[in-house]
Amino acid sequence: MASTTDHSSPMNRKRSAATRLIDDGFVWGTTAIAIAVGLLLAVIALQVGEDALPAIQKFGLGFLVSNRWSVIDGEFGALTQIYGTLVTSFIALLIAVPIGVGVAIFLSEDFLPPRIKQPIVFLVELLAAIPSVVYGLWGIFVLIPFLSPIGIWLNANLGWIPLFSTAPAGPGIYAAGLVLAIMILPIIAAISRDAMVAVPAELRQAAYGLGATRWETIFQILLPAGFSGIAGGVMLALGRAMGETMAVTMLIGNSNTIDSFSILSQGSTVSSLLANQFAEAGGLQVSALMYAALVLFGLTLVVNVLAEIVVRRFSLKL
Amino acid sequence: MSFLVSKTRRTLFSTSAIALVVGLASCTPNTPTAPPPQAGGSPAAAPAAGGNTLTVSGAGATAPNPLYQRWFQEYNRQNPTVQISYDSVGSGAGVRRFLDGTVNFGATDSPLKEEERQKIPAARGQAVQVPSTGLFVVFAYNLDGVENLKLSREAFCGITDGSIKTWNDAKITKDNAGVNLPADPITFVHRSDGSGTTDIFTKHLVKACPNWKAGAGKTVEWSTGTGAKGNEGVSAQIQQTKGAIGYTEYSYANETKLKMASIQNKAGDFITPTPDAAAKALVGAQVPADFALSVPDPEQKDAYPIVSLTWLLFYENPQEPAKTKAMTEFMKWAYSEPGKQIATELGYIPLPDDLSTKAASALDTIKVAAK
Repeated sequence: MASTTDHSSPMNRKRSAATRLIDDGFVWGTTAIAIAVGLLLAVIALQVGEDALPAIQKFGLGFLVSNRWSVIDGEFGALTQIYGTLVTSFIALLIAVPIGVGVAIFLSEDFLPPRIKQPIVFLVELLAAIPSVVYGLWGIFVLIPFLSPIGIWLNANLGWIPLFSTAPAGPGIYAAGLVLAIMILPIIAAISRDAMVAVPAELRQAAYGLGATRWETIFQILLPAGFSGIAGGVMLALGRAMGETMAVTMLIGNSNTIDSFSILSQGSTVSSLLANQFAEAGGLQVSALMYAALVLFGLTLVVNVLAEIVVRRFSLKL
Repeated sequence: MSFLVSKTRRTLFSTSAIALVVGLASCTPNTPTAPPPQAGGSPAAAPAAGGNTLTVSGAGATAPNPLYQRWFQEYNRQNPTVQISYDSVGSGAGVRRFLDGTVNFGATDSPLKEEERQKIPAARGQAVQVPSTGLFVVFAYNLDGVENLKLSREAFCGITDGSIKTWNDAKITKDNAGVNLPADPITFVHRSDGSGTTDIFTKHLVKACPNWKAGAGKTVEWSTGTGAKGNEGVSAQIQQTKGAIGYTEYSYANETKLKMASIQNKAGDFITPTPDAAAKALVGAQVPADFALSVPDPEQKDAYPIVSLTWLLFYENPQEPAKTKAMTEFMKWAYSEPGKQIATELGYIPLPDDLSTKAASALDTIKVAAK
């Protein structure tokens, strides 16, 4: 039995051919699936890019800074939509991040007995399961009638601030941003909560042991330790906000002008533009829409890369 | 604890799966499902000639969809062997599918263009385009206490281009003596999606409004107002915004009980939108060979002005002649009294007799004899 095999590790024990086959198969299988997902993304991007080519050749980068969308003249530019996408997503994050992280802190600490906490966790996550068209309808019939008087008040009393400089007419950027905030809240809350629950118990115990108060523990130990997870959740949420179509289309007012920087005015996002115009589009309009889709692709990519950089920066400081 | 969590997760996943299914279901076009195969036809039976059900498929315009669905259903009740299924995907998509040859017939709100005619597969021959019905577009509004709003050309042109901003503008009050119009801002509601309704509406604006600059088409650059998706989106928006006015298909405004404005026609009269008044716009119009009859600004004294036809598209040499034959028979039924009655009932304009006779003879040019 003079074998050269190293018997020190249990992993290197002789295995039956069948087990090895399964192991190898598993490795190859998962590799193939992982590569396939990457390829899928590449194929989608290529396909969209190919369909967008006529518009890219015709308008070039001018597409990004023009706000004309005239099917009749064959002039296309997506500035209004890019602006609308960024602004609505920003409003959504501004509202949803503090609330979402707050909910996550509350639900990851032992403020409540688990018997009460679990249903709340469940309910928050259930928000994510509501179809977006339902959010849209709710926005039209409940949120907008509720928001309109507030918008009118803001415009009447704080109209000198550019953000409130136009009179609201029902739907608008603010309504869309608010509904987006509600839609992405559960994503932020659930992922942040998981990140904070996953912080090793030793860290928490050590902080308490050193005499830190609960607040100090939360803000100086738990949040920084869970930062990369929270940032990941926020990124996922941002992706959802930028790509959300149905609810935004129903609430943003779909106007193709940037009169002002007022959040009470109506706007349009890249996805709402696609949802509105794709069905009846023809010729160059189709390829301009594809170009807009490609821009959205690019926007998401840029935002994700930036977020990754931020996360690395902060994680290193820990 | 972690067990609890994972259990919650699992429940969450199944819940979201249900929600997803519900969401998808709500995305499918809101059309009544085709009536089930009639029991007499015994669907599983051998395809014996004559006895089996013919399933004709078509796709296209959304505006006449309510009428088409009713027609197809009614026709199927009377002729159980003919089942017509219709996908209301929009005129643009309807024309595309027709040109790709994936449907038995197409439907569109704007007649085929010459370059589109070129793209028909050679084996299918020419496109045969016939009108199915007329439709008209109304101004629907939401103003408390104002029942019979009258809008002169000057007034509605100003509202649509944004130059009239409040309801008590002199251009509006002038024709509404005795009506208390508020000083509230006007919220103009237009379609945000590409639509045949917008096409009909803007074609009229081009003729009626000297200051209209955005041209006419399914999607135009609006300088004012809020965009809503679909006729139903526009009517919902008007319904819940005080001081809103927008354009929509008559049948939709009628169904949602919105107030409709009387508008001034070319002769200068204020016409209340009714199918009868709209039908007058089509009387005596010159009909071109492809039936691409357009009356952007009818001259008749008592005609409602924003009127158009909507068309069905057939192949001259259909791939499945039996189905197209069934379809031409259906069309003749639709042109006859029972079909017209349904059209009037739903708020569409039945074709005038001279037009439907010509359309029927155009349908006879389709080569439906079995090959």
